Amino acid sequence: MKTMLLGSLTGGLVMSGCSPEEAAEQTVTPAETGGYGRTEAEKLRDNMLMEAEFFTEEEVDIIATLCDLILPASADFGSATDAGVHEFIAFIVKDIPDHQVPLRGGMMWLNHRSIKRFGDVFTKATVAQQKELLDEIAYPDKATPEVAQGVKFFDRMRNLTLTGYYTSKMGIDDLGYQGNRPNVWDGVPEDILQEHGLSYDEEWLSKCVNQENRDVMAEWDEDGNLLT
Amino acid sequence: MYIIESSKVYDVIVVGSGAGGGMAAKVLAESGLSVAIVEAGPFFDPTNAEQMTQLKWPYESPRRGASTTRAFGDFDAAYGGWEIEGEPYTRNEGTEFDWFRSHMLGGRTNHWGRISLRFGPKDFKRKSIDGLGDNWPIGYDDVKPYYDKVDKLIGVFGSKENLDNEPDGYFLPVPKPRLHELYYINAARKAGVTVIPSRLSILTKRINNDRGVCFYCSQCSRACSAKADFSSSTALVFPAQKTGNADLFVNSIVREVTTDNEGRATGVSYVNKGDRQEYQLKGKTVILAASACSSARILLNSKSSQHPNGLGNGSDIVGKYLHDSTGSSRAAFVPELMNRKVTYNEDGVGGMHVYSPWWLDNKQLDFPRGYHIEVWGGMGMPSYGAGFGVTEMNKFVGEQVGGYGNKLRDDVKRFYGAIMGISGRGESVAQEDNYCEIDPSVVDEWGIPVLRFNYNWTDYERLQAKHMHETFEEIFDAMGATTLGEVPGKEQDYGLAAPGRIIHEVGTTRMGNDPRTSVTNKNQQLHEVDNVFVVDGGPFVSQADKNPTWTIMALSWKTSDYIIDQLKKQNI
Repeated sequence: MKTMLLGSLTGGLVMSGCSPEEAAEQTVTPAETGGYGRTEAEKLRDNMLMEAEFFTEEEVDIIATLCDLILPASADFGSATDAGVHEFIAFIVKDIPDHQVPLRGGMMWLNHRSIKRFGDVFTKATVAQQKELLDEIAYPDKATPEVAQGVKFFDRMRNLTLTGYYTSKMGIDDLGYQGNRPNVWDGVPEDILQEHGLSYDEEWLSKCVNQENRDVMAEWDEDGNLLT
Repeated sequence: MYIIESSKVYDVIVVGSGAGGGMAAKVLAESGLSVAIVEAGPFFDPTNAEQMTQLKWPYESPRRGASTTRAFGDFDAAYGGWEIEGEPYTRNEGTEFDWFRSHMLGGRTNHWGRISLRFGPKDFKRKSIDGLGDNWPIGYDDVKPYYDKVDKLIGVFGSKENLDNEPDGYFLPVPKPRLHELYYINAARKAGVTVIPSRLSILTKRINNDRGVCFYCSQCSRACSAKADFSSSTALVFPAQKTGNADLFVNSIVREVTTDNEGRATGVSYVNKGDRQEYQLKGKTVILAASACSSARILLNSKSSQHPNGLGNGSDIVGKYLHDSTGSSRAAFVPELMNRKVTYNEDGVGGMHVYSPWWLDNKQLDFPRGYHIEVWGGMGMPSYGAGFGVTEMNKFVGEQVGGYGNKLRDDVKRFYGAIMGISGRGESVAQEDNYCEIDPSVVDEWGIPVLRFNYNWTDYERLQAKHMHETFEEIFDAMGATTLGEVPGKEQDYGLAAPGRIIHEVGTTRMGNDPRTSVTNKNQQLHEVDNVFVVDGGPFVSQADKNPTWTIMALSWKTSDYIIDQLKKQNI
């Protein structure tokens, strides 16, 4: 929880400069307690990944900076790093190693581009300069062939940032998803049906469950007609 | 609990605890017979908080549910997957087969789609219709009483439709369609495709006091803590144990069926994965329900002087006629489903509320067997992959692809729930030269020789997949939807999933009246060894354009009744 609170201020600091035990302790989120139905082998693997490090401090700084350029805070919801997306990305590259070289190399590419254009690495550039660099690679249809590799890198960063954000509690609140809780489904609300010019036809409805009787034990006649 | 050689002689040893094994264990234990259930994987109980994934949020997983450690994502209940460490399988060069194994109590019933379809009268007699493959030695009327019993015991929702080859049953009432399913219903009807409420083994209504009623979280793939969907553990194995007549051996992988000097089965030998020691269980009868391929493997590995080619394999048919359902899918962007009001919870039951059974006559078509259509979409819970490629959707509405900043929040929300997918699941034609056999040079970590697969699709399946895509486009056109990606062509086998991928593999111990061309008789009893039975998908002569589970359970119950009768008469 600590890192969630520290959020964007610290970037990669939490994952480095302390022992693995401390790091594990500091980065505890509900998931990391193993409380999502893991087998013993899966717990071991999770713990091993938690304790490992892939990105350097500098790399996590770049990731965090990019995360918040991709999804800054809105009027109602925090930014990507507020939702811990940079930590998610630092984890997922260990879990899915296919991300490692494209992200590490992509950051080197971006730094090289930044130095060439503005004389310093990406995180040292001004926000305006950072956005100029992103404008070159954020729009695949108008990007020049010269920055094609940067387009690929940014696409991956955007995907991981969005997926990290919209699978976080903050992102799910922003999205407004109403499910994942016990409820009783009784069809599309009337106002939505009307908006779409749709309705349930009577014949179909006659086959549907009467939710008032859901707890009444099912009984059938010999022809399979439900009696209750 | 574990002994090197059991002193107890069980009436029945059941190998495997999935749909077929669970059903046999329950029926036989309730009849008063002593039963040993031998399961290769660990104990699993959907109500155990330590093992539960139901109602977890994506952020409770550090990988947000990605499929790195479990094939269908972190929250899927199935242990195992396409590859299991230490338990390899091989393929002949130039052929494909992907084998999904779930080693755990309840097996693959813990995560399956709950699509519970009876085979129709034609499905047992395809050779009489198109001349291909073989007829079953039994017909619909032989199985119907057991389908009826399975409906009432397990529970399945559906609707009476009086369709030609889609028999009705004892159904629970169906859930109302979701919004995207209403769009599907209208479009399918416009395209001339039949569409009816789906038939899933999920309790929309109470059927007994041991199991609950669905609370509509859409997470049947996570195994239900309310026991409101069919999992073998909660509906069959636990009730079997409750009789006091069933002993459960978990983490026990069966090597072979042991036999006496007359070649009759005396029990099984298995490796306990905990101490890596080998044990023997004695039984009067052995029932294999380890899954079509695993049961074939056990038979082929059970060699003796009486059965030099493997148990029950004098015909050399064990492992042959392996066949899976076909599968191909397409997704589309539905403009009418943009900018959805996220004001309500549409999780619904796990899986689709509506589907299309096979609606055409193959005599008018250039492929012999049918397929059904499954529908997916809606405002689901995000998990790893959510938001990937979302800005590309802008091209469908004439806006710029890409970008960054808070505009992305709008993109995610505008297109949330606007993608719909449809999948075809069809019947393939069983072929003798699609098979699994023992790899002569590879063992798993338990020292047990492993399976080698040899499987190729034929033009029967390719042309069927081509037809699927033509249908998908007609339906999406009728919906005003824009299909995503290119339609897979001939060089991609029309998008046909690799054999095994639909996880309906059956046929390896097929039943028949002729011992030269079949492994089991109509009672799923080995022709050559009268006290060994197979009650998984192995005895299927042909997999219909349906899903196999309901038929596996009906036939397992039928065979169990036969075993009770035969033991009583002291015939076996």
